[in-house]
Amino acid sequence: MIELINIVLLGLLVITALAAIRLHDLFAVTIMFGIYSLLAAAVFVVLDAVDVAFTEAAVGVGISTILMLATIGLVGRQEKPPSHRPLLPLVVVIVTGAALVYGTFDMPPFAAPDAPVQQHVAPRYLEQSPHEIGIPNVVTAVLASYRGYDTLGELTVIFTAGVGVLVLLGFRRRRSHMADSPEEES
Amino acid sequence: MLTLVTIALLAAMGMALIRAIKGPTVYDRILASNTFSTKTVLMISVLGFLTGESEVYLDIALMYALVGFIVTVAVLKVSEFGDLGQSRPDSGENRQ
Repeated sequence: MIELINIVLLGLLVITALAAIRLHDLFAVTIMFGIYSLLAAAVFVVLDAVDVAFTEAAVGVGISTILMLATIGLVGRQEKPPSHRPLLPLVVVIVTGAALVYGTFDMPPFAAPDAPVQQHVAPRYLEQSPHEIGIPNVVTAVLASYRGYDTLGELTVIFTAGVGVLVLLGFRRRRSHMADSPEEES
Repeated sequence: MLTLVTIALLAAMGMALIRAIKGPTVYDRILASNTFSTKTVLMISVLGFLTGESEVYLDIALMYALVGFIVTVAVLKVSEFGDLGQSRPDSGENRQ
């Protein structure tokens, strides 16, 4: 059953990605990206990565779609014709992808219990975190306590990126405010 | 029973996706995306009952429903006004 769900969801993901590339109406492309994020989050839920699915729902479906819609308000709805040939980037992407796929052949199979990542500190977290932290969810204990500084750094990066995007989007309005104020005084 | 429901949901997701790709007007696409988000919420709930830990999955499904509503409102606003209201409060462009 899970196999069937996985196959259908991944197939729909591929179709959505191809449609997002082929369409030229940026509004429709934004909607396709929203559908893509919903599908990716559903795949994460099937893979039992519930916290990643939460993040994907909040950021991928919610915030990034709204940011792209705000950008459409600034740049217009039609895609401009590309100014360069896509041949060289395509070759680079294919070579990089082939190298990455070749690299995965050396990795242990998905969720193998004897993989190095499952042997290093994970058993200690699983055994000790209920006593040391007292949180029933081990993933939350690792993220919020064992790797607390790491999570704080990630939050700083995300906050900085959000402030940068807000500054970019609100730039035009603030400048027209400044241009208006001398007229109102005179 | 759950298997039947899952297959029906996957088929409905596929049909909504076809409408989102083909949809001649903007409103077809908005309706397709809204339908798709509803189907995802139902899909996650069914997955919760398939795996037996439904309470965690139902929380995620609730959050998806909320986010889907916000996105639908934003999409409708852009399709009506052309942007999310960046240039509206001060009518600076009208005065020039």
